[in-house]
Formats: sequence, C-alpha cells, structure tokens
Amino acid sequence: MYDVSAVRNDFPILSRQVNGKPLVYLDNAATSQKPQSMIDALVDYYSRYNSNVHRGVHTLSMEATDAYELARQKIATFINAPSPDNLIFVRNTSEAINLVAYSWAAANLKKGDRVVSTEMEHHSNLVPWQHAVAEAGAELKLMKMAEDYSLDLSELDELLTPQTKLVAFTQMSNVLGTITPAKEIVAAAHRVGALALVDAAQSVPHIAVDVQDLDCDFLAFSGHKMAGPMGIGVLYVKSEVLEQMEPFLRGGEMVLEVTYEKATWADLPMKFEAGTPSVADSIGLGAAVDYLTALGMDNIRQHEVELTTYALERFKELEEVTTYGPTDMSIRGGVVSFTMGNVHPHDIGQVLDQAGVAIRTGHHCAMPLVRSRLHLPATARASFYLYNTEAEVDALIDGLKTTSRFFGDASSRRS
Amino acid sequence: MQAPDGLDDLYQDIILDHWRSPHNQGALEHPHLHGEGFNPFCGDQIDLTMTLGEDGRINDVGFVGQGCSISQASASMLSDQLKGKTLDEAEAFVRMFKGIMQGEEVSDELEEEIGEIAALQGVKNHPIRIKCALLGWTTLQDAISEYRKTAS
Repeated sequence: MYDVSAVRNDFPILSRQVNGKPLVYLDNAATSQKPQSMIDALVDYYSRYNSNVHRGVHTLSMEATDAYELARQKIATFINAPSPDNLIFVRNTSEAINLVAYSWAAANLKKGDRVVSTEMEHHSNLVPWQHAVAEAGAELKLMKMAEDYSLDLSELDELLTPQTKLVAFTQMSNVLGTITPAKEIVAAAHRVGALALVDAAQSVPHIAVDVQDLDCDFLAFSGHKMAGPMGIGVLYVKSEVLEQMEPFLRGGEMVLEVTYEKATWADLPMKFEAGTPSVADSIGLGAAVDYLTALGMDNIRQHEVELTTYALERFKELEEVTTYGPTDMSIRGGVVSFTMGNVHPHDIGQVLDQAGVAIRTGHHCAMPLVRSRLHLPATARASFYLYNTEAEVDALIDGLKTTSRFFGDASSRRS
Repeated sequence: MQAPDGLDDLYQDIILDHWRSPHNQGALEHPHLHGEGFNPFCGDQIDLTMTLGEDGRINDVGFVGQGCSISQASASMLSDQLKGKTLDEAEAFVRMFKGIMQGEEVSDELEEEIGEIAALQGVKNHPIRIKCALLGWTTLQDAISEYRKTAS
C-alpha cells in the first residue's frame, strides 16, 4: 500500500480551503483532481516543445510527435492493448462512443438488428444507441438492474438473439458503483456473433483493466477522471474491427494522399484522428498513467474498497439516510449515492459545501436509472479516489448530521 | 436549530416554513392556465394551474411539485400572491422577481409590497440556487405565454 498523506501532497488543489474549511473533494466520479507531475507535463510541453505533430521536420515537431506517440504507448500498456495503434485519441468517453456509433454502427447496423445495453448506463452510452438504432431501423434492448443493484444477467440469453450486433455496457455504474461482469458479458456477446463495447469511464481510473483479458471489441474512457487533463479520452478498438472501420471525421492529419476528387486514408490510428490533436492533453494523460502505475492499480482499488467499506459503515449512523448500490464490495467501486428523508439532494449539497465538502447532486447523467428504476427525482453522491481519507469520510458524515438536524428541526417546527 | 454558518441568508425560517408546508397545494380541475416546469440540473419540478374570474383576474391557484427547499418555497410564496392579479400584472410580477434575482435593488416600498417573498433575496448570494428560486416564476410565465397563444 501507499502512504495516503504523502500522495495528498502530490495534488496541490487538496490543500486549498472552501468557505474557510479544508476542501474535502468527494466528487471524483465527475472528475478527479490532478497531481503536480501531470500539471508539470502540460506546462513543460507548452514551455519547451509546443509544436504540431506528424508533419514538421524541425526539432520541436519531432519532440512533440515523439512525446505524443510515447503517451499513446504508455496508455496502451496501461490497459494492456496489443499495440498503441489500437488507441484513438478523442475528447472524452462520449466522443469515443459516438465515434463507434457513427463509424462502425452506421455501416453495420441494419433493419431488424438489435443493440443490447443496460438500465444503468450513463447518457453517453445510451443516447448514441437510441439514435443509431432509430437511423438503422434496429432495436435497443436493456439488461435490467437486479434488486441488489447488480446487473441482472438472468435474461441475457433471451436478449442476445442472432440479430444482436452489439452489446454496449458500463463496467462500473457512476450512480451505484456497480461493477459488472464485463468478461462474461463480452463472451456472451461473442457467442451470438455480436461485438462488445465497454464504457470504462468509471472503471479504468479505479481498477486494473486488461482489454485482452476482457476480449472486448471497443473500450472507451476519459482522461480527466483518472488524474489526467480534461479534453482527452481514448477509444480502444480491436485490430480486426478497426481495420474494417471507415473514418468518422475527415480532413487534415488523417489522409495519405489527396487529389481534388478524392482522398486515401492514413494508417491506423491516425485515420481516426482528423485535425490537429490535443497534443498537450495526450502527453498529460500519459503522465497521469505514469502516476497511477507508480501507485499501482491494485493498491488504488484496495484503498478505495477500504474507504468505501468504512463510509458505508458510518452511513449506518444516519437513520434517515438511504444508500443505493451493492453491499458486496467485490462488485462495487467507490461510489455512494444516497438520499436523506424529505431533504432534497440540492439542499444537502449546499450545506455540505458550506463545510468544504464537495459532492454531486442530481441525476448524474443517468436520468432513466435514477428516475425510472430508483424512482427518485435525484440523489446525492459521494465518490472517492486514491487520495481520499477516513477523516474526509468523517467530515462528510458530520456535515450530513448537521444537515439532518437543521432540516429535521425545520420540518418538525410546524408538526 | 440555527442555519449552518454562512447559510442563514439562504435558509430563512419563512422559507423553511413554506418548504415544510407549501401553500395552495394541488392541481385545479379545469384550469384556464397550466404550466409545467422542470429543471434537469437538479430534477426540480413544478406543475402550476390557475383559473381566471370573469374580470380576467386570477381567482385560484394550485401547484404541485417536488424539488429542493428553495424551488418549492419560492413557488409556494408566489402562489400566495397571484390571486387577484391580471395576467399583465402577473407578468410584471415575474419581471420584478427576475430583477431581484439579477441583483436589482429592492426599495422599501417594493419590499413592503412583496411581503414574504423578500426573504428570497438571500438566494442571489448563492448564484447556483437562483435557477431553483426562479422555477415557479418561469413556469408561470410559460403558462401565461401559452394561454395568450391559444386564446388569441
């Protein structure tokens, strides 16, 4: 294990105050904070070798290109991709999934086909498929959430018909923390000849992910949730699938030869990276991967399991609070969604903010799950990362006790 | 219990009273005006119904909703003051409240006129909550606009 107090010193933002209190940052499922080494990588790029990539013969361009491609190599190693050429840099998970929807699905989904997803998706892995099936005349079917907040696989065999072309699912729910049996779902998809897309936005930052072990065809994640910069994300695509795909965006950087009439495409993965890429952010993500690798993903996971276990235990002290998500920590990440009697999450978040505690309130970009399955207008959500501490969980619980007392008094005043 | 430090301007007793026991609860059966407001940011919802008397003035108001204390208290306070207003007056009332939320000075006369609603002035110190406070009011504006469209 690592020394959490030493790790905290790596993140400059964690020493700031909010409303006169030390910041307790528990909104990591929305975005994580950044270590100094990642920030330095961005500053170093812009200070020393900012240049466009893949074209100039001058020193700066070669340095920038080398650093950009080294970052791709580091990230490929991090998820155990066979080659860096399997990785396409995009802005974020949503863009990665849209790339698959516009490139692969537009060419391969036909009338009568089926896409299977789940009830616990973030909008980014639901809305693109709603559109893709509507365009193709295909249908979208969903795996259900079970009573214990796990993913219900009991209907999987019926859902996976020979018409199923794609199974697109989250590896970790951003609302419930549920970790899905990704390897099992991928194998089931392949048995009926469907491809499998894994939304790994919440999993890659928190657990060791091996794309070759999962055997998935697509895997998408964002840099900013894993100590990297905003504006950079990754789509991994298996080689034999990628080779069959047409470009999503066309223009500069992605071509081999252009005449006034037509163009041919650059080699993979540049064929899918039209225009000047976000070079600094890619290099920053490479630095973030270095940071996570040095700590060890298994250590990070163990830290978050211990912290979440502690948090769930302390939540039990709050009678009026209900938490949502699996109780089995082997299938749960460091996410705790909760409600507090008739006190709206927005009011909870406001009181906590006054105590320096940052949580998320609302539907967490999973409106159907929160409203139609949990039957809630909104929840409050605390989500942990590698630098959070038990003392911060204590600050959360103290803040919730204050919230409860204050609104409890207010609600009993008239009754 | 005293509001947590720094929040006493937001969570005033009168606001919490309206949150606990909102006034004019329910949906009117045959409303002349109907508006539905939704704030996707936090999931707040307001359903507002009103009837007009023969003199064209609002003679009954009902609202149902769910959401944070500020959105529901603000809608409750608004509903108290709508009865007897013409639609023009109601629209001017909405403009007045939006002005307050945008930081316009509230004169003593205005403070007198708006009564309990003055307690919502603290919301403007918490910009992210302004949308919550406005939800009932924008729903009212939408209902009036819709009514004018279909009535003309």
